[in-house]
Amino acid sequence: MSSLFDLLVAGLATGAIYALVAVGFTLLWQTSQTINFAQGEFVMLPAFLMLAAMHVGAPFWLAIILGILMSMILLGLAFKLLLVDPMMRHGVLPLAIATMALAIGIKEAVKQFFSAEASPFPSIVPTGDISILGHAVSLQSIGVLVVAILAVLGLTTLLNRTSLGHQMQAAAQNPTVARIIGVPVERMILLTFLINAFLVALASLLITPIYLAKFSSGEVLGQAAFIAAIVGGFNQVRGAIAGGLLIGVLDNLAAAYVSTQYRAAVPMIFLIAVILFRPQGLLGRAEERTV
Amino acid sequence: MKSTLLVGALLTVVTTTSAFAQAIKLADVAELSGGGATVGTNWKNGIDLAIEEINAKGGVLGRKLEVTHADSQSNPGVARAQVQKALDAEPYVLLGPGYSGSVKVTAPLADEAGIAQIMGGEAAELTQAGNKFLFRTSFGQQSSMPKVAKYIHDEMKAKTVAVVWVNNDFGRGGRDVIVKELDRLGSKVVADLSTEAGQADFAADVGKIKAANPDAVFVYLNEEESARILKELKRQGVTAPLMGETTLIGQKVIELAGDAANGARGHVGLTTDAPVDLIKAFREKFSKKYNYVPDHNGLKGYLAVYMVKASTEKMGKVDPKKFADTLHGLTIKAADEPGILMDVTFSDTGDIDRQSFLVEVVEGKQVVKQVLPKVK
Repeated sequence: MSSLFDLLVAGLATGAIYALVAVGFTLLWQTSQTINFAQGEFVMLPAFLMLAAMHVGAPFWLAIILGILMSMILLGLAFKLLLVDPMMRHGVLPLAIATMALAIGIKEAVKQFFSAEASPFPSIVPTGDISILGHAVSLQSIGVLVVAILAVLGLTTLLNRTSLGHQMQAAAQNPTVARIIGVPVERMILLTFLINAFLVALASLLITPIYLAKFSSGEVLGQAAFIAAIVGGFNQVRGAIAGGLLIGVLDNLAAAYVSTQYRAAVPMIFLIAVILFRPQGLLGRAEERTV
Repeated sequence: MKSTLLVGALLTVVTTTSAFAQAIKLADVAELSGGGATVGTNWKNGIDLAIEEINAKGGVLGRKLEVTHADSQSNPGVARAQVQKALDAEPYVLLGPGYSGSVKVTAPLADEAGIAQIMGGEAAELTQAGNKFLFRTSFGQQSSMPKVAKYIHDEMKAKTVAVVWVNNDFGRGGRDVIVKELDRLGSKVVADLSTEAGQADFAADVGKIKAANPDAVFVYLNEEESARILKELKRQGVTAPLMGETTLIGQKVIELAGDAANGARGHVGLTTDAPVDLIKAFREKFSKKYNYVPDHNGLKGYLAVYMVKASTEKMGKVDPKKFADTLHGLTIKAADEPGILMDVTFSDTGDIDRQSFLVEVVEGKQVVKQVLPKVK
């Protein structure tokens, strides 16, 4: 029983990180029909930016701020202006393929400029345990969960409770009408790219102490977040959150109770089941789109 | 004028060719990227350091050494293609790869070509296939695992043991020997966990270890995964003593795992912290050249080149066909060839006999607790 509790906590902590990444995924899709296959690499890169900042002498807290800012410039602004905008004209598919190329590019660049080897990364949460319901739970798991939940709460508050959020939603739902009623649609789209960049940088900060900073670590994360987004519902932020948590827990339970060899298969099988029986995702809404 | 130019050009070609013919060509295929990048990079740097030293002192039998490095991407398929390519260029000796799985698929190629292969793999089966051209730079699992099992049983007094291993040739080979040995000694394996190469998340595996509540945990994974599981073991508060091999307590693991590596113990065939003067000197030279402290793979690469030197000087000529015969059964003494660092004897199967060490990580440093002597 204690092992089930530990597995749930660890699964939720990993799932919360998947959720952050998956939320960014769905945001980009909703506002600009961008399926970002480089999302995993977007999580890998900020850790290296922070390491680079520390390498030139910045203390950890400053490196975090610089890393997040650089991520927002590179993975938000530059990504939109240099890749998404020019490719968007050619349709969703060419853009998706361009993001795959970007994923390879980022991975190889990190391998080239940093190292092919893993590097350690400091944790923002101290190691240690606290007792919850008689179980020792690691502070790191709690820290990851708390930061991820705060980020998601902040985001949903922004989207649902502020005028800016309403404008973003309007721009996502119907850009033409939004434009007529005076919503600066372009600026709103840019804002979602910046938010995505912030979320991936945050995910990077949380996951890298556990997974280590390595050029290839985005592969697993990108895939998990993609599955989470589809399972939860590609067009709903809350779907991505639920999907992320679910995949994190499922992955851990599969590793413990099925087998380590097949752990990666279990979320995939779940994904196929969702696509077959509930293609809009668990919390998504059905929508039709002309192709 | 034209003919003078032609003669000049011809002369240049002739001199260049003769200069090339004089160099002894070695080919290295290693894990320079992918999961084994730590292994391959250390191995490569060790090779380069040894060659630089040897060439600075006039080479081997008056000829310089040259090496080409190829990247196996830690992938046995790529390793096979790279080794084939390297063998096509007819090297004197083939160096690498470091991963047992890659050695397994490339050894038949070198065997067929009749070229000696000096490699870093430690899987037991590698030298048991009757290959006459394969040589180790470190202990095979059949030599090291019995020492580890004995330590777990006698010194750690563990009645129950959790064994966690990586599901590849290296991991499976080690797991098979240690489980058999523990069983023979009377320590019970209460959890037998296979994990995947490149696995990032060890929460579930550590959860199972915790549930099994063993007296000791034997961890047999590659370096990066070792670091991740050490962190997870600490995160979930597992307090059972940890025992492993070189891959659990290597420099890279200590760097990656930080505090979580403290207290981990391992049997080590080669360590740069060994209380041996020649190894200390090696460590200093390596750190000075590459700005980091090498792990045992740096030592392996370095030794591989000195094995080439010692065996060739013993033969008194550069003969790729006779190289393997000469190295079989050869004892190289560190007093005669300081580059070999410790006295070593090669068996007829290419296995080695050498002293080894029992190491514990104390405050982020490898501390040698015991020196285990050469068997013969």
